[in-house]
Amino acid sequence: MALTKKEMTLGDVALRSAEAESELSGDRMILNAGPSHPMTHGVLRLVMELDGDTITKCDPVLGYLHRGSEKIAENFTYNQFVPYTDRLDYIASPANNVAYAIAIEKLAGLEVPERCQAIRVLACELARLASHLVGVGVYGMDAGALTVFMYAYTLREKILSLIEALTGARLTTSYTRIGGVARDIPEGFLGHVSKALNDTLFDIDEIDKLLTRNKIFVDRTEGVGTISREDALAYGLSGANLRASGVDTDLRRDNPYSGYEKYNFEVPIGTKGDCYDRYLIRLEEMRQSVAILRQVIDTMPEGLWYNEEAKKIFAPRKREVLTSMESLIQNFMLTTQGPQMPAGEAYFEAENPKGALGFFVVSKGGGVPYRLRVRGPSFSSLSILPKIAPGHLFPDMTVILGSLDFIMGECDR
Amino acid sequence: MSTATETPVADALCARFEGVTPRPISKDSAVTVPASKLLEVAKALRDEYGFEILTCVSGVDWLGELPRFGVYYHFHSLSHKSYFCVYADCQGDDNPSIPSLTGLYPSADWHERETFDMYGIRFDGHKDLRRILMWDKYPYHPLRKEFPLAGLETELPAPDIAEETKAKVLPAPEQGGPFIAQVGPAHMSDREPSGLDQSWSEKRLKP
Repeated sequence: MALTKKEMTLGDVALRSAEAESELSGDRMILNAGPSHPMTHGVLRLVMELDGDTITKCDPVLGYLHRGSEKIAENFTYNQFVPYTDRLDYIASPANNVAYAIAIEKLAGLEVPERCQAIRVLACELARLASHLVGVGVYGMDAGALTVFMYAYTLREKILSLIEALTGARLTTSYTRIGGVARDIPEGFLGHVSKALNDTLFDIDEIDKLLTRNKIFVDRTEGVGTISREDALAYGLSGANLRASGVDTDLRRDNPYSGYEKYNFEVPIGTKGDCYDRYLIRLEEMRQSVAILRQVIDTMPEGLWYNEEAKKIFAPRKREVLTSMESLIQNFMLTTQGPQMPAGEAYFEAENPKGALGFFVVSKGGGVPYRLRVRGPSFSSLSILPKIAPGHLFPDMTVILGSLDFIMGECDR
Repeated sequence: MSTATETPVADALCARFEGVTPRPISKDSAVTVPASKLLEVAKALRDEYGFEILTCVSGVDWLGELPRFGVYYHFHSLSHKSYFCVYADCQGDDNPSIPSLTGLYPSADWHERETFDMYGIRFDGHKDLRRILMWDKYPYHPLRKEFPLAGLETELPAPDIAEETKAKVLPAPEQGGPFIAQVGPAHMSDREPSGLDQSWSEKRLKP
């Protein structure tokens, strides 16, 4: 007997759907998302096995943005590789530049002056602000809050203008050199940063108000994609994702580099390790970045922005090349053979916005690295997906991916 | 954990395991480990010396030296705030292999897959050793030293599409690939008339 719509009670509906479920059970569907899918923020492909709406298996397929950076590094001189580091985490290029420069300086045994360190911290923290704004903004958009994205991108635009004033480029900055930075900070720059920071705090508060107690956002993120402390450590997570799982670590504080030990800041730690915690950590880190930037501005030391000994690594200035024989020869040698490095092996990890970005250099001497390994934090962050995705609903995947804040540029390299 | 705080980890490991030697060339604290002892050393590092995280696995190709392939493992200890590097030579040069650390550190999974992809090093005991960055049927291991920077000609991963479009993966020009330079349809060499040029034809219109 066919029931009309009016006669159907809630019980009937439940009965019908239960019957339909028993018919469907046992059938798993393979769903392919990506490589070009709005959920995956780039070119990540996910092959998921679904039981109804529940994910039972998830296999990320990488490599769509693989450009062979490590192969390129083995064929280029140390200076020539700097622009390629921009293209790793292309949202926070200055931080990549700094990590690479410090790794090579560790190999060469170079120390940089205090002013250079402070400038690098300045660039790094501006990059962290820019990156976390994208991270939080896009994450909000994934959860359905489009307004946050607009606020975040407007603020990021201001930060990018500062980065542009400092480095000359908005995204692909190539700001550091081995043993220094490309140029000193421009006149009046610190004042601009200081002024922009006031707006920044205000805008971060706006984002806070829009998301932190937003019922829809909290419902979608709380208790979703929980990563336990043990799993986070075992899968090599780093940065904000690791801290959200309750691990008290920050390379800026624990293994300070580039003079981070001089600045006071707090390291936010999560309690549950779910998607909501990862959002809270990023938000708080932005405020801490502002605090660090203010200290950098207040204590900016005078002096040189490059190491005097590193002059053999720096390309001489154009007018010196044209007037001085020595500079001309040096320029020629740098271009043809690259800066001469001692033989050795050095590994350095920096606390980048996305996590710990590591560079491992093997040198046999000469101007070209024998082997350069890039440890992309996003690569490790994504490797936990097959572990945490099963059991979640398919729509949760959007939030999980947004919360991990990965970037394919440094995942595929 | 008590020994690790007293003496440097490298010294302790060298004294404890036979065949483990310090690695003076490294700027970090590092040891060279025979492949047969790798699992024991990694287990000791994780359980006794507090290295909770395996951050990085990097293969290396010493072309012209024996053994040809090696693998670097970088460990990170949050409790001691330090890094530690372990280097191990691979067994076999034509078909290099080394024990897998996936049983101890799940983070080794993708890193080892990448090392296999790039160098062809087999990780014994890895449950799912597939390529990760290149596609499954890719015939080369690109980070080996004999592989040219510009790449080599290969088939594309989807044979049906490749057959229809006749597309292939081509190497870059400086390595023998075709250098295609398009001149025109509007190029200054075409538009610049020369009084001496009488070679007008139907294809090449009178300027």
